[in-house]
Amino acid sequence: MKLDLSGLQSFPSIPGSAVDDLGEDLFAAPSFQLPACSDFDGFQKDAIQMVKPAKGTTTLAFIFKEGVIVAADSRASMGGYISSQSVKKIIEINPYMLGTMAGGAADCQFWHRNLGIKCRLHELANKRRISVTGASKLLANILYSYRGMGLSVGTMIAGWDEKGPGLYYVDSEGGRLKGTRFSVGSGSPYAYGVLDSGYRFDMTVEEAAELARRAIYHATFRDGASGGVASVYHVGPDGWNKLSGDDVGELHYKYYPVAPTPVEQEMTDAPAA
Amino acid sequence: MARYDRAITVFSPDGHLFQVEYALEAVRKGNAAVGVRGTDTVVLGVEKKSTPAPRLPVLLLHLLLSSVRKIVSLDTHIALACAGLKADARVLINRARIECQSHRLTVEDPVTVEYITRYIAGLQQKYTQSGGVRPFGLSTLIVGFDPYTGVPALYQTDPSGTFSAWKANATGRNSNSMREFLEKNYKETSGQETVKLAIRTLLEVVESGGKNIEIAVVTKEHGLRQLDEAEIDAIVAEIEAEKAAAEAAKKAPSKDT
Repeated sequence: MKLDLSGLQSFPSIPGSAVDDLGEDLFAAPSFQLPACSDFDGFQKDAIQMVKPAKGTTTLAFIFKEGVIVAADSRASMGGYISSQSVKKIIEINPYMLGTMAGGAADCQFWHRNLGIKCRLHELANKRRISVTGASKLLANILYSYRGMGLSVGTMIAGWDEKGPGLYYVDSEGGRLKGTRFSVGSGSPYAYGVLDSGYRFDMTVEEAAELARRAIYHATFRDGASGGVASVYHVGPDGWNKLSGDDVGELHYKYYPVAPTPVEQEMTDAPAA
Repeated sequence: MARYDRAITVFSPDGHLFQVEYALEAVRKGNAAVGVRGTDTVVLGVEKKSTPAPRLPVLLLHLLLSSVRKIVSLDTHIALACAGLKADARVLINRARIECQSHRLTVEDPVTVEYITRYIAGLQQKYTQSGGVRPFGLSTLIVGFDPYTGVPALYQTDPSGTFSAWKANATGRNSNSMREFLEKNYKETSGQETVKLAIRTLLEVVESGGKNIEIAVVTKEHGLRQLDEAEIDAIVAEIEAEKAAAEAAKKAPSKDT
């Protein structure tokens, strides 16, 4: 299988070394060393199973009248151990495009940064910004060429380009879907419940942000692998903008404030004899 | 064995690349080609003259000539005409067509005229700086519309790999005379006027008649359209009539005095 290793090349500009048969631009790709084991397919499966639970997260994004809202939690867990409560799961690819992280943190971060490089090079070569369609396709093609090798990436690419707001879901299986509402991660079923029931196309930015915040909060409430801080970003015609980052614990008491029960009040009234 | 550098295109002591200059000679001997950009139309025209093979019967030759199209489409919105070695052209055109589709596949967008011109020029340049190959012996005229902004564009590339955008340009045989004509007579045109300007330019260096000229018109709505002989003959007749009227007008005042 011909791997697309273009993502790993450090763009050398000297053509002399690169021209091999003149037919292709590709550098003589170094062969990918396969692990020496008797059952490679089984090994791949185990590798993927090992990484799979790591999609413990809740991320969501949706398109509405004023652009795209992107929101995520910030918890990283390794099995039952919470390794961090402050992970940045919304990755800023460039000033007008955001990516979300679900799955392997390293995979997501690395490939999003790589995508950022490619987007910038496209801008420089073509004197216009790359479309969200193009950017998501570049990422999807790279991930497809690594299919079955243990990458774990479940990401959404959100941005605003010449065609308006754009939102794509891309994963490490090589899938790429265009849509208006997505949620990815172990907390996504809970987030979908809130998001789908409260969604309207014509909301204001504040209403949309509050909907996203609530959806993330409810997911963190029920899903053990999600928690920390609910971040909400908005992507408009001038680029993205971080709207809020609220601790979900505090959000809980904001939505469900604790009311003192009558019994306790009576007890404090009893005079000390 | 390690790869040896069998370079053919090397610098001369005074900084010339002779192979590239010889390639430009090949272009100068090729069929005349002209491109004109209007506000809503771009037109390509080529000369259909070719030295007939001595032993082919005339009828067969005529069939051959009429089936060979010199103006080709690279995609639904981009057309190309070239002057120089036709065999080299085939190779370049095939690579460009593949690149157009490859771009559509990876970025889900049609190419811009500038992008595909850059690609073709880059390819031509690569062959001036690689071992064991000679440069492509052709210059191309590439026309089309930007898929989003709808702005028409005309570009020219040459064997050295340079490219630039033009309002109008010519290449191939007698390109100097054609360019002189364009410099004197070019003005912003649209629709049929642009076609007329292209044909008038070609008529400066080509025998009059539909069977010696091939014209293709690209518009945003209809893409590439090759004009057939009858249409070209009709326009040529119009042009001749205009010329005759202009001549008569010039002579008339002097008669009155």
